[in-house]
Amino acid sequence: MSATSETVATQASTNGTSVLLSVDNVTLTFGGVKAISDISFNINKGEIRAIIGPNGAGKTSMLNVINGFYHPQKGQISYKGKTRRRMKPYQAASSGIARTFQNVALFSGMSTLDNIMSGRSLKMKRGLFWQALHVGPARQEEIEHRAYVEKIIDFLEIAHIRKQPVGKLPYGLQKRVELGRAMAMEPELLLLDEPMAGMNLEEKEDMSRFVLDLNSEFGTTIALIEHDMGVVMDLADRVVVLDYGQKIADGTPAEVQSNQNVIDAYLGVAS
Amino acid sequence: MNKAVEVQSDLTGNAQALPSFPHYLLRNAELYRERVAMRHKDLGIWHEWTWPALLSEIRRFSLGLQQLGAQPGDKVAIIGGNRPRMYWGFAAIQALGAIPVPVYADSVAEEMVYVLDHAEIRYALCQDQEQVDKVLSLQEKLPGLQCLIYDEERGMRAYDPDQVRSFQSVQSLGDQTVERDPSAVANWCDGIDRISIDDLCVILYTSGTTGRPKGVMLSNRNLILTSLNANRFDALSEQEETIAYLPLAWVGDHVFSYGQSYTAGYCVCCPESPDTVTFDRLEIAPSYFFAPPRVFENLLTAITVNMEDAGRVKHGMFKYFIKVANKYGEKILNGDSVSPWGRALYSVGNLCVYGPLKNRLGMTKVRVAYTAGEAIGPDIFRFYRSLGINLKQLYGQTEASVYITAQPDGEIDANTVGTPSIDVEIDIADNGEVLYRSPGVFMGYYKNDEATNSTKTPEGWVHTGDAGFIDDAGHLRIIDRSKDVGKLNDGSLFPPKYIENKLKFFPEIKEVVAFGDGRDYVAAFVNIDLTAVANWAERNNIVYGSYQELAAHPAIYDIVRSHVEKVNADLAAESRVAGAQIKRFLVLHKELDADDGELTRTLKVRRTFIVDRYGELIEALYSDKQEQFVSTEVTFEDGRTGKIEATVKIQDIVSNQASAAQVAI
Repeated sequence: MSATSETVATQASTNGTSVLLSVDNVTLTFGGVKAISDISFNINKGEIRAIIGPNGAGKTSMLNVINGFYHPQKGQISYKGKTRRRMKPYQAASSGIARTFQNVALFSGMSTLDNIMSGRSLKMKRGLFWQALHVGPARQEEIEHRAYVEKIIDFLEIAHIRKQPVGKLPYGLQKRVELGRAMAMEPELLLLDEPMAGMNLEEKEDMSRFVLDLNSEFGTTIALIEHDMGVVMDLADRVVVLDYGQKIADGTPAEVQSNQNVIDAYLGVAS
Repeated sequence: MNKAVEVQSDLTGNAQALPSFPHYLLRNAELYRERVAMRHKDLGIWHEWTWPALLSEIRRFSLGLQQLGAQPGDKVAIIGGNRPRMYWGFAAIQALGAIPVPVYADSVAEEMVYVLDHAEIRYALCQDQEQVDKVLSLQEKLPGLQCLIYDEERGMRAYDPDQVRSFQSVQSLGDQTVERDPSAVANWCDGIDRISIDDLCVILYTSGTTGRPKGVMLSNRNLILTSLNANRFDALSEQEETIAYLPLAWVGDHVFSYGQSYTAGYCVCCPESPDTVTFDRLEIAPSYFFAPPRVFENLLTAITVNMEDAGRVKHGMFKYFIKVANKYGEKILNGDSVSPWGRALYSVGNLCVYGPLKNRLGMTKVRVAYTAGEAIGPDIFRFYRSLGINLKQLYGQTEASVYITAQPDGEIDANTVGTPSIDVEIDIADNGEVLYRSPGVFMGYYKNDEATNSTKTPEGWVHTGDAGFIDDAGHLRIIDRSKDVGKLNDGSLFPPKYIENKLKFFPEIKEVVAFGDGRDYVAAFVNIDLTAVANWAERNNIVYGSYQELAAHPAIYDIVRSHVEKVNADLAAESRVAGAQIKRFLVLHKELDADDGELTRTLKVRRTFIVDRYGELIEALYSDKQEQFVSTEVTFEDGRTGKIEATVKIQDIVSNQASAAQVAI
């Protein structure tokens, strides 16, 4: 397995792209259960990287490891050239990793605008005191952040729900707001956990367009977990496939699609 | 600077008639130096342009367009929503002697190609990537197309810059021209002076309830005189504010947001996006407002639904004061005599209910509001008037540059469309068809003399295709499209629109298509209104997964049935149409949609198309079947197609005399 990842890594470097994040021989266990065993892969700067696999393959665990929510027992993660054994979620966030969740995790009583503004909190320099007073530099700062948030609102086409509490919004729009909040952090690496789950065809198409535009316009590197193979094949530059915590394939969508291991994992094999 | 030529001012009395809209632009930049001409909400903030600023933006773009090779007589398509640059396009194109051709932006590629090809488009001003892609996909069929210009940057990186240019880049082309040759500005103004009032001003394609769209050619004279007359009729001045949210390609928007704005000098506000119009209107509070009946219906539905959710005190207050408004509101608005007690009650109501309500609707400052395009429900009409909103009806057509008749202040009746507008003559033909003649009468259909000759007589009279009559007060009443009025087999009159409108006035019903011409009885397709019905379903714990499921729900059928029975009772009371009561109906499993060709882009039912598409359902209505399976092809917004299948139930209605008899027993 690791041999494959090395070849991919060398390929990437020869293509002149730089590796943004690499996962090396990571193993994660919960008690006796191995959620992830000895997985290595990398994410290049500026690409859209998909992580796919059947239910329980360890995809979400992998994202949780990347943003420091879980700490792997073995292996290491290098991000922007720095290797850290234990990264805390806030460290991940402040170094430019943002994420969305499989089940929407927004502040449901707050408006769309406020939810996205909350994504800017890491960028705010003034402390609680100044912000509460809302005068002078704190006010100026808020205006600047608001301007950035308005750009996101325009980008995601959610101006009409700017002031509505998100709890009342349809699911597809909540997903969009969540993406907006992640975007507000101006991340270098954005982790999307099933961004299209539970959406209808039209919503999926919209979301795909946002992901592509986000990647090309904002230059954000994206790692996404997705079940809809059509979406993955259309969006992703490279795909890594997990099954029972193991990596079974890694490569371009076309390569992965024709890989026998992947076909077996998805369709099952006669034993 | 202002080289405008005065033309025969006796044509319109006191207002000055200039030969073209670019002339008005120059005049306004001179006359209203500080006045805001246009507003646009972008990234949450309203941006403004004064008339001089507007002139500068338009001139820069116009000069750039000239550099790209635009010649007098060239046709330039404008494809997009209500954004400032789209509107600037009109004057910029006209200043070069070229002809703007606005196109419905939501039409799918196949619909668009007909118009673009027929109009021999050389340039296209597109709003965004979606429109650019659409036009590029048609490129092979449009050999004359030189260049596309887009407004919104988003997603526009991987295009050939010679063929697809940004609006700004065209403007900087204009700037470069002025830098090279400072006399370019004066030359540009000279070019405007060469425009004659009888030149072609714009080609507007009708949405076409039947067959292909037709290109209505309107001259400067048509639009300018009509706009001046309309301004005079309602005493509109440079003080007005209006919000532009209806399709650019529709004559109404062209006259309200461009023609009347330029001639009167008033301000046009462009919303942030089509979805935010309600909020944007609240912020702008327009003084001159136009909306098709559909908008007023939807607003009323939203009010009713929200009031259901309000607390008991508020709900009670609302109910009480709406009753008060019903009693006194219209009289006060019309200036009739009302008792001091009534006035006192009404002013309390205004303070507690009407004022806040109007504020929420963004209609606090409305001086004049118009509705047209379809018949409006008398109850809906009265509701807004009773709140103190001066809502009036007008009757118009693209071929007339909108105005044929309009209701003068104080002479309002929900059933009429008013008296002839200034300078308009009306005549009723022997078969009941309404004819008119006015300075706004179009030059002809573009490249379609046959249609022109069959619509317009050599004396300048135009056939409207609508049947109507002038009532005792001199107001015009429209009955129906004259060619739609038919007869049942027993000889009784069948006016489909008349029946459909009666049903559509119920909030739960969005659209109705009635059949009956050459049949034994009247039957109808009903489309439910999802906003109203979904709310009702939620309130009554009715679970549903889709529109289709909700539409087929027995409880929905019960509601529709009760409405149909009420309409039948209404019809029975009118001897002229008593025979046209609805005997059978069904609730359609999908919403009628313009993308599927079932409605026009202005959302009017395309009857003949529906007859073809749902033939089996219609046959089932005229058999004794209780349900019918149907499979319909639907078009998604990007033009791809899919299928919807359903088994639609059909219900019988006992005709009204019979049900009365049952009650008697």
